Amino acid sequence: MTDHKLTDRRTLLKFAGLGMGAAAVPGTLGAQQTDPVAQTGANPVPPSGGHAGHAMAGRTPAPATDAAPAGYMFLDTEEAAFVEAFVDTLIPADELSAKGSELGVATFIDRQLYSAWGQGRTMYLQGPFVEGTPEQGYQSALTPADIVRLGIAEANAVVRNTYADNSFDTVTDAERVAIVTALEADKIALEVVPTPVFFRMLFQLAMDGFFADPLYGGNKGKASWKLLGYPGVGEMYSDKIAEWRNKPFRVEEPMSIQDFG
Amino acid sequence: MAVKLPPVDVVIVGSGWTGGIVAKELAPTGLKVVMLERGRFQDTSPDFAAPQSHDALKYSRRLELAQDLSKETVTFRNDASQTALPMRQYGFFIPGTNVGGSGAHWSGLTWRWSEWEHRMLSGTVEKYGRSIIPSDMHLQDWPIAYKDIEPYYDRFEKVCGISGKAGNLRGKIQPGGNPFEAPRRNEFPLPPMTAAQSMVMFEAATKNLGYNPFPIPTANCSGDYVNPDGVALGQCHYCGHCTNYGCEANAKASPHFTMIPLARKNRNFELRTNSMVMKVNLDSEGKRATGVTYVDARGREYEQPADLVVLGAFVTGNVQLMLYSGIGKPYDAQSNTGVVGRNYAFQSLGGARVEVPRDTFINPFMGSGALGTWIDDWNGDNFDFGKAGYIAGGGISAGQNSGDPLNYHPTGPGQPRWGAGWKKAMADGYQHSTGVGFQGAVMSYRQNFLDLDPTYRDAWGRPLLRVTFDWQANEQKIIAANTAICQQIAAEMSGKKASATPAPGRLIPGRRFSSVPYQTSHNTGGAVFGDDPRTSAVNKYCQSWDVPNVFVLGASALPQNAGRNPTGPVGALAFWAADAITNRYLKRPGRLV
Ligand SMILES: Cc1cc2nc3c(=O)[nH]c(=O)nc-3n(C[C@H](O)[C@H](O)[C@H](O)COP(=O)(O)OP(=O)(O)OC[C@H]3O[C@@H](n4cnc5c(N)ncnc54)[C@H](O)[C@@H]3O)c2cc1C
Ligand code: SF4
Repeated sequence: MTDHKLTDRRTLLKFAGLGMGAAAVPGTLGAQQTDPVAQTGANPVPPSGGHAGHAMAGRTPAPATDAAPAGYMFLDTEEAAFVEAFVDTLIPADELSAKGSELGVATFIDRQLYSAWGQGRTMYLQGPFVEGTPEQGYQSALTPADIVRLGIAEANAVVRNTYADNSFDTVTDAERVAIVTALEADKIALEVVPTPVFFRMLFQLAMDGFFADPLYGGNKGKASWKLLGYPGVGEMYSDKIAEWRNKPFRVEEPMSIQDFG
Repeated sequence: MAVKLPPVDVVIVGSGWTGGIVAKELAPTGLKVVMLERGRFQDTSPDFAAPQSHDALKYSRRLELAQDLSKETVTFRNDASQTALPMRQYGFFIPGTNVGGSGAHWSGLTWRWSEWEHRMLSGTVEKYGRSIIPSDMHLQDWPIAYKDIEPYYDRFEKVCGISGKAGNLRGKIQPGGNPFEAPRRNEFPLPPMTAAQSMVMFEAATKNLGYNPFPIPTANCSGDYVNPDGVALGQCHYCGHCTNYGCEANAKASPHFTMIPLARKNRNFELRTNSMVMKVNLDSEGKRATGVTYVDARGREYEQPADLVVLGAFVTGNVQLMLYSGIGKPYDAQSNTGVVGRNYAFQSLGGARVEVPRDTFINPFMGSGALGTWIDDWNGDNFDFGKAGYIAGGGISAGQNSGDPLNYHPTGPGQPRWGAGWKKAMADGYQHSTGVGFQGAVMSYRQNFLDLDPTYRDAWGRPLLRVTFDWQANEQKIIAANTAICQQIAAEMSGKKASATPAPGRLIPGRRFSSVPYQTSHNTGGAVFGDDPRTSAVNKYCQSWDVPNVFVLGASALPQNAGRNPTGPVGALAFWAADAITNRYLKRPGRLV
């Protein structure tokens, strides 16, 4: 494990954070990439043969060209590196989509943790904090932001011990898969943040970033929507539901909230 | 110190279905009516304008329209031997807030309950004898019969523009409707919604199995509609952003546009938002309400004197306010005495996954909150439940609600949840899978109840409401039996053996009740109506036995839960109570029974 470019990566991240943090106003840049006029009134793709619905033929995965907000508000460089590596492990690049970090999923997570939700605004956070039964659910003073911040620090400490001082973002892809698998199976014990709580939080955030409206900084190019064949928001189906029954209804370009201007 | 406001005739707490109905019915009487709503003002425009109203992260994940749990929540435990702990994040139910209450962002399945569901005790005893009833089960009849409430069901359906097909018109069974339905005087105001692919498949499969499928009655309009009050409702877009969202088209009936604006046309009616009611004030003898105390958004406290107080604060809010105010005797499970908090019930949900053939396409994004096909063959007393070994059953259905990928990106059983291989499985599962689900009845028990928590407090220092609840043997049997029937139907639909994997967040037979996953918001009981003050908190007009100038409306009145959604009865009962208030109580204020 000599080829881990630890320093390079950190340096790069620092520059990224410095250079672009201030420029981004969520939403505006992404919206400029699209032409709302051309996209209103979705164009259903007629069913071509039996399996057109899930074959992604002719649809090149979006190289994530739209300029979504860049720079991290909440995550520091170590956390950002962890989160990027995490979302790239869950959502690797293949013929169906680009990898998670390129799709803005890490940016999404950063924004969510910085939001009122991430800071626990609508959670009941009064004590006493007592561990209950599984049926009683979440019982701790940790907000989503705390869970991710403390969890990353703890998880990276374990990784450093196990992988010759490498952090999660500097181990090999195969090792990342092994680490995420172990976290998911609760095979890596963390001290303060229970492993299942940490994993579920980061997993859910990654999924949300992949699938939520691009308005929130993830799902760049509507990659996941195109992958599934989801036509996006704002569509009306009252006159389509009967006509398209049992035929795959597809549109050229799914519509996101941003596309409506 | 509370600022004392000039007195009014009526104070209504909450602007949901129940509060809205009473406000609309009482405002034309000329009485000075004030409605207090803890949430903010909202209306279709601009609050529910698309495309923002289709923001799945905001509404279905962050639950923008739900109660602020940092201010108030409930505590939960499975049984009285445990220490209850707070629901710190949204869990088993999502209490609504803002103008329209949960009625602004519900799904819209709108039932009349069956005749048996109005008299579960006597109906059961007549058919099976008393010995079938477990000793800890608090089986009770409604104090009114189906035929008493039928005209009010009819009214609620017309107000909402319910889309459906009658199954029983004045005693005559109708093809295409629910043959188990109680007799109704009129057809539904609108024809059923357009069936989606999963419904067509469910219909064929259940017919093959000898069951009786019919379209679910929905408050999502199948066409444009003007209700008897002159309110225009639009045709549903099948937009797939319905449950937990407001409706941009006014296609989903909600009190925020069918009731509140009509009440507000009367100058003697006033809506005050951001007004959190702390308690109902009583006179020195505790026999009469003198008004309510509430707190505004800035934290200032007000006393609003009133001659009549109507509670429409949802099940949990109603019970809480009664307990805070000392209205009615609190229930004590140990001695099995008292009534406020008694007979709390919830609802069970479960089902099976259906993998459809690869040349079948579901288009899961074409759907609405209540779009579905249902069978009642295993619900209520429509089958021999004595032989099955339990009381009541469940409704079973398939339909399409939302295909928004944020919440819906299914993969097959045994397929990876992430990483290489996962995306392919998902791309395949999206168009080629669906589900069959059930909604099971839940009986009331001595050991399932609501009271005040000894430890945890809300933002104003009041004790949180404590929920003590678990599935009992009867419900476990219903869950197991209905899961098996769902699997049978799923197998018939897919043409292969259905997977036994319950959908995520659904129930696994044999497990204890968990407060963690969202299930439904169909809480019932806690202030049930009845003929006997020892087993009911309110009389048949939903009037408090102890403090007769307080009426308590909502599913808190239902003595046990059925295998279907509660808002049909809740709306009908609100009209029934409003009728009793305007035509009887106002003429001679005092106990109506
Ligand atoms: C997501 C969701 C989906 C649902 N789907 C269905 C369905 O398909 N079919 C069905 O039959 N039912 C459904 N329901 C249930 C349905 O919404 C309720 O049965 C119905 O709204 C109950 O009416 P209510 O007036 O009792 O309470 P609500 O509509 O909840 O209104 C209560 C109001 O009181 C206010 N309030 C509470 N406490 C106070 C206080 N102390 N001071 C001031 N204001 C207060 C609240 O803010 C709220 O506005 C659903 C509910 C939810 C949340
Ligand atoms: S599905 Fe229909 S009723 Fe529901 S929000 Fe969309 S348009 Fe309104």
